[in-house]
Amino acid sequence: MNDPWVPTPMTVREVVRETADTVTLTLDTSASPFAFAPGQFNMVYLFGQGEVPISISGHADRPDELVHTIRGVGPVTRPMLDLVPGDVLGIRGPFGTAWPVEEARGTDVIVVAGGIGLAPLRPMIYHLLANRRDYARIVLIYGARQPDQMLFVDELHHWRGRFDLTVEVTVDQGTEDWFGPVGVVTRSLARARFDADDATVVTCGPEVMMRFVVHEAVRMGVPQDRIWASMERNMKCAIGLCGHCQWGPDFVCKQGPVYRWDHIAHRFAEKEL
Amino acid sequence: MHNPRTILSHSDLGTLFATLHAEGRHTIGPTVRDGAIVYDRLIGPDDLPTGVVDEQAPGRYRLRHEGTRRFSWSVGPQSFKRWLHPPELRLFRATRTERGFAVEKPEAPPPLALIGARACELAAMAIQDRVFLGDVVDPHYASRRRDLFIVAVQCDRAASTCFCPSMGSGPRVSRGYDLSLTEVVDEAGHRFVVEIGSEAGRALAAKLPLHAATTDADAPERASAEAEAQIARRMPTDGLREKLLGAVASSNWDDVASRCIGCANCTLVCPTCFCTTVDDVTTLDGTHERVRRWDSCFHPDFSYLHGAGPVRSSVGARYRQWLTHKLATWHDQFGTSGCVGCGRCVAWCPAGIDIVAEAERLAEDA
Ligand SMILES: Cc1cc2nc3c(=O)[nH]c(=O)nc-3n(C[C@H](O)[C@H](O)[C@H](O)COP(=O)(O)OP(=O)(O)OC[C@H]3O[C@@H](n4cnc5c(N)ncnc54)[C@H](O)[C@@H]3O)c2cc1C
Ligand code: SF4
Ligand code: SF4
Ligand code: FES
Repeated sequence: MNDPWVPTPMTVREVVRETADTVTLTLDTSASPFAFAPGQFNMVYLFGQGEVPISISGHADRPDELVHTIRGVGPVTRPMLDLVPGDVLGIRGPFGTAWPVEEARGTDVIVVAGGIGLAPLRPMIYHLLANRRDYARIVLIYGARQPDQMLFVDELHHWRGRFDLTVEVTVDQGTEDWFGPVGVVTRSLARARFDADDATVVTCGPEVMMRFVVHEAVRMGVPQDRIWASMERNMKCAIGLCGHCQWGPDFVCKQGPVYRWDHIAHRFAEKEL
Repeated sequence: MHNPRTILSHSDLGTLFATLHAEGRHTIGPTVRDGAIVYDRLIGPDDLPTGVVDEQAPGRYRLRHEGTRRFSWSVGPQSFKRWLHPPELRLFRATRTERGFAVEKPEAPPPLALIGARACELAAMAIQDRVFLGDVVDPHYASRRRDLFIVAVQCDRAASTCFCPSMGSGPRVSRGYDLSLTEVVDEAGHRFVVEIGSEAGRALAAKLPLHAATTDADAPERASAEAEAQIARRMPTDGLREKLLGAVASSNWDDVASRCIGCANCTLVCPTCFCTTVDDVTTLDGTHERVRRWDSCFHPDFSYLHGAGPVRSSVGARYRQWLTHKLATWHDQFGTSGCVGCGRCVAWCPAGIDIVAEAERLAEDA
């Protein structure tokens, strides 16, 4: 029987250091193509250390590679910063719900990311750009705590250079060599030009950030059922068996992590649920 | 299936064990240890409790000697959960290879026979079946469950903590068993009325020295009626799911929190709680094992998120998760209540917190 608890070993092909505490790992899946939908995640097992949920940050049209962007924060993720090409990780997945690439067709798409939250949104952005004609305006708003904590900097520059995409990058705290905007993403959102009646908003970041983003989007006139957010909960299995990710009636690993806002608005407001 | 009831004499209990052993099964059943009845591997009928009855109340469990019966007690701190969903289980072993690692899965356990499973135990198993054999199948539970042989026991006595009738789970065992036993002790002797619940049960019964039940044929129904007559505790199940979902902000949660010490006993004794965590253990020879262990929503770490800490940081929020999951959101997830009314969480709570009383107060509030 196929054992859903056992990871498949996959070899690291490339390591890119994004920031002092974040790396992007590309795993080789050419031997057995890895299909996923933007927004989904894997359980990533580091030999002898443990296993953690990590979103897929690569291109869904490239099944020969699997890309994860990992911030080292604790006993499992920190040693992942030291991986080199040729090292092996265990993978289980993909799991969870996806960004609304279909539902968003024909609308303005507003992508609002905070911190590491840009990683799960990158496959969505890739999809939007690869199918550019299917969408109206595309706006990317990205907030990082400080300039040196921004992910995918080269790519952000490249996207900014495109005429068919608006990119707004902001930091909470500026530094001497930062000349961009300082402030929260909600301010950039309020200034962004899009058709609120016919827009799709997708957001991922800390819960407080998402709360303010949704509040602002709704204030601007975006209907609640056109807003999607990705939730984070403690996850030990990702297959609905360990119980850790429960949020009201849901297992976030199955019914989430990507939720349509009108489905969770009431629950999001409850403390410690 | 026409099932004439038959009699197994008490002195032939050993044959039941031997017949199950001959099929290569380990026999798991009740035995007395440290002042409580627990389920463990039994060699033969001598390991069963003899003349032991239990007294239970909120925060209280005592055994005392009375009579000669083997099964005249209700439930102890353990359920058969630990044999199908073990408290600790190796998911795999990983050994380092030149660049990576190789994974080795654990061996399948031997087939088991459960002896003395009561109605609430079977109801709990049916609930865990929905958890572990749903759209994702847990291979560990499945392999233990698939080959199981169940010798049920009809309760003839209930504890003050029992409330199976209001949960629709007992006291009568009516399905999900292979053989069931009803214990009868009178001037005519000590014996068991045997009911057959499955083809496997029928095949096994054919190998036992059974004789026809004449006057005893209605003993199972009489036992159930006797047990049920002793049960006063009732869960207010009417509209309970909706009421509890409406009680998210009730001040009762803070009230429980002032009594609950967050020990997690209730989740550990509960026959349906399924939550686990995983640990990575390094053995001396350099291999790594990934071990799955029972966990509890009462542990603050259960909902820990890096940077934010526990989502449910207060005891009140954790009690709310436990009770709301059991009695409300379980319906959304698995189409059934998560409670079978076994009363274990009531008896084994050191603070004597009573899930029925709490549910009543919350339901009134709503
Ligand atoms: C769906 C999803 C997608 C995600 N995607 C990404 C992503 O793309 N990139 C990314 O970088 N991150 C992502 N995360 C977050 C990532 O999973 C966590 O950062 C990671 O689990 C941290 O694990 P750790 O063991 O390294 O550190 P810690 O979170 O510190 O973990 C330590 C372990 O100990 C336990 N613990 C309990 N209490 C404490 C305590 N007081 N102190 C420390 N540990 C405690 C925790 O349960 C945990 O298992 C995602 C999370 C989810 C749910
Ligand atoms: S919640 Fe309590 S009474 Fe209900 S099944 Fe669990 S332990 Fe038994
Ligand atoms: S009550 Fe708590 S420990 Fe039991 S299954 Fe629910 S979340 Fe898990
Ligand atoms: S992560 Fe285990 S149930 Fe969702």
